[in-house]
Amino acid sequence: MLRKILILAATFQLFGLPPEVEAQTQDASQANSALEEIIPILATARRNEVPDLVEIIANSQDSRRRPFLESLLNGQIYFTRDEERVVKVLRVDDQFQINDALSNEELGLVGTRAVRRVSVNNSLRRTIRLLIAGIDLQDDDPQVRLSAVEYMVAQEAAESREQLLQLQSEESDESVIQAIEEGLALTDLSSKDASLRSSALDKLAGNLNSTIRNSIRDMAENDPDPEIQAKAQDVLYSIQSKVELYGYVQTLFFGLSLGSVLLLAAIGLAITFGVMGVINMAHGELIMLGAYTTYVVQQAFPDSIGMSLFIAIPAAFLVSGLFGILIERGIIRFLYGRPLETLLATFGISLILQQLVRSVFSPQNRQVSNPEWMSGQWQINEVLALTYNRLYILIFCFIVFALLSLLLKKTRLGIEVRAVSQNRAMAKAIGVRSGWVDALTFGLGSGIAGIAGVALSQITNVGPNLGQAYIVDSFMVVVFGGVGNLWGTFYGAFILGIGNKILEPWAGAVVAKILILVFIILFIQKQPRGLFPQKGRGMEE
Amino acid sequence: MNLLKKTKFYAACAATAVSLQWSTISLAQETIKVGVLHSLSGTMAISETTLKDTVLMMIEEQNKAGGLLGRQLEAVVVDPASDWPLFAEKTRELITQEGVDVIFGCWTSVSRKSVLPVIEELNGLLFYPVQYEGEESSKNVFYTGAAPNQQAIPAVDYLMDEIGAERWVLAGTDYVYPRTTNRILEAYLKLKGVADEDIMINYTPFGHSDWQNIVADIQRFGSTGKKTAVVSTINGDANVPFYIELGNQGVSAEDIPVIAFSVGEEELSGIDTAPLVGHLAAWNYFQSVYTDANDEFIDTWQSFTGDSSRVTNDPMEATYIGFKMWAQAVEAAGTTDVDTVEQAMIGLEVENLTGGTAVMNKNHHLSKPVLIGEIQDDGQFDVVWETDGVVAGDAWSDFLDGSKDLISDWTEPTKCGNFDTVNNRCVGASD
Repeated sequence: MLRKILILAATFQLFGLPPEVEAQTQDASQANSALEEIIPILATARRNEVPDLVEIIANSQDSRRRPFLESLLNGQIYFTRDEERVVKVLRVDDQFQINDALSNEELGLVGTRAVRRVSVNNSLRRTIRLLIAGIDLQDDDPQVRLSAVEYMVAQEAAESREQLLQLQSEESDESVIQAIEEGLALTDLSSKDASLRSSALDKLAGNLNSTIRNSIRDMAENDPDPEIQAKAQDVLYSIQSKVELYGYVQTLFFGLSLGSVLLLAAIGLAITFGVMGVINMAHGELIMLGAYTTYVVQQAFPDSIGMSLFIAIPAAFLVSGLFGILIERGIIRFLYGRPLETLLATFGISLILQQLVRSVFSPQNRQVSNPEWMSGQWQINEVLALTYNRLYILIFCFIVFALLSLLLKKTRLGIEVRAVSQNRAMAKAIGVRSGWVDALTFGLGSGIAGIAGVALSQITNVGPNLGQAYIVDSFMVVVFGGVGNLWGTFYGAFILGIGNKILEPWAGAVVAKILILVFIILFIQKQPRGLFPQKGRGMEE
Repeated sequence: MNLLKKTKFYAACAATAVSLQWSTISLAQETIKVGVLHSLSGTMAISETTLKDTVLMMIEEQNKAGGLLGRQLEAVVVDPASDWPLFAEKTRELITQEGVDVIFGCWTSVSRKSVLPVIEELNGLLFYPVQYEGEESSKNVFYTGAAPNQQAIPAVDYLMDEIGAERWVLAGTDYVYPRTTNRILEAYLKLKGVADEDIMINYTPFGHSDWQNIVADIQRFGSTGKKTAVVSTINGDANVPFYIELGNQGVSAEDIPVIAFSVGEEELSGIDTAPLVGHLAAWNYFQSVYTDANDEFIDTWQSFTGDSSRVTNDPMEATYIGFKMWAQAVEAAGTTDVDTVEQAMIGLEVENLTGGTAVMNKNHHLSKPVLIGEIQDDGQFDVVWETDGVVAGDAWSDFLDGSKDLISDWTEPTKCGNFDTVNNRCVGASD
């Protein structure tokens, strides 16, 4: 009964009703202010009644309303199964820690079935966000006020115009005032007064916000005043061309990012296949081992996911590197000069490694968490944003490539590797232990595959099939770039990555892949040794 | 005489031995064999091993309750290894060599299509527990997952009527289920007056992992001011990078909701769902539905697997319903003979785990409720919408030319999987 009265009361408050009805429900209205009485009603409220209740809560002047709304938004508000009490729930292992919804007083641990969640769907979530933004307009922190205003403008909350106008007179912070003016200009765009519309257009020229852009597009098509319509078209044109430009930048970034993933996956192969001439079909599985190492390290340090990633890099290098040396010493060294047998043997190894992780870890994919700083995106402006995980992987890829080039150029190992790969007999004659160099080179290539696995674990599934998805791409890059040349692999990866991303929007992902393969086949016809042909052991025969 | 006695004695011995042997054989024949045809290795192992375990659990429960017709059930598990032609071979092996009475199996449509000719030729019985594209009805198959009108169409209705979506992205993996479903959806949307330029269709290969520009495209497509929704038939683990990319590029469910037909509790158990809160899925079952039957099912499942965090999902419920119905039909028919059981199945009822009753219709499809849930931060779904009552599964879509006049009815006198109601004749051999 009380619930019905309260919901009625809320409706009256919002839409205004004849005074005699208002008088009747005055008692109930006064009760509204007390959160203690409204919140328990959430336990029995039907889904369509919840928004009204939430509105009453937001309109109360109680300082506890914002934390409560935020918990509700985050889906932490539950009610007990007997529908008597509304509580805030925190997950503790397999149980729930329940607290009082308002006072946060601890009420103890319960099983997950003792409470049920107050259902919050998308439209309610939007309502709550708007209400919280409304509360935040009064916040002391200008940053909080600014994001509240921006959210209201982006959501085109027309009812907030009055609020904005009032706020404009009180606001002191420069950036907030600017955001408010933008919001007001946006509402002015649909004003009846032609001069208001015109000046609003001036204010919003060059603005990239998509809500604003849509309003201007609407004006450019439908404005009754031909002069303003022409003006709107001009403004729209300059905005559109900017958006288009940023679109190209974004495609370029996507291409670079795909290229960096290809490069990481292929660079290990560029050493084993390119420099040593070994067709290693198990290369993908060495990447997979690196990804699983990341998973294991993360399991060992569950509390510091960010740190564990840095530990995983050397760990993955070692694990995959050791497996690589094992494969080289155990199998491949008996098969040098017999590429077909090597191909079959390493294909067998790849199957064994896949089944190994299936037996050890289970055939299910493993969850590798992203650290906080790897998720989200760097919002450069309204239309251009770069995702952090891709950005870091791009940077990481450059670092790995630079270190590897240094290693091959400056260190003794690097010189010996190059010597053996260019002329084994001569290298042996001057005292290079070629067998030892072979093992280390293979280990190096494999270790780098492991490092690629760490990076891939952040953007794709860690499962037994991870390696297979990248082995073909890796060979493609190495063959295209030119066997035996790291720079060839570098350019090859980025050209293929960017090419793929340019083709994808108009050809679709499936056809783009096919086109790239066709392109490589044609290219190899013309340039059998790839972009940067170089002499290596593979070339001797 | 002596010799005769001896011979008699030996003969008697031999007879006893033979009869002993016979009785052990007949004891062995006492069990009812249940074939389990789910991939335990290869790409589909991720999803299908769960269903294998579900069938084993159901058999264990049934045996605890005394088996069927006074006989114990015995599972015969084979591994078709995500290899489609192998599904057909294994089916033949199960029926001709192992002599199973029923098979629970398959996940992908292509594996079902591969089994179909074999199971029809050998007159076996298959229970298929996964949502699929429809356009099929076989006398030897019972479809306990959702047909398009029990998942895709209600999902679109929800987005259109409740969310107010006007622009549509149909994104799918490039194979038969998404292509057929999207063909049906496109026809349905156009019927509802959606313009061509408001529909964007996108296909990606299996296991696609670089979703950057597709997500950016969706965002661009959705920034025109009209409410945009994504209908996703993306399959398998390609969903994980897709959702990660959605989260990273800040596509929130409040702006552009994504409704998925192949993402359930099992798929979400591998990812952090905090950035995905509010995106949707349409199924006939969610683990989060509060009913006593569901609580009991979850408890049994978790104690069977010995893992208190194992989730349940829709195809598991479909397996559960299929198994219960088959058990009922065998009890009712008093035999495991395929033809008798097939006829006994029609009209049977089993309580859904989410409340209400599932009914087996004449077209071998179920009537089930349709639920729409929003993803929560704990990897579960919160039901935000459900159909009033149950929806009858439709084998032949009403929105495609060439299939809208067809019906399926396996009762007398029609007995046809693709009966043409215009020309009043049975089209015959289904593909």
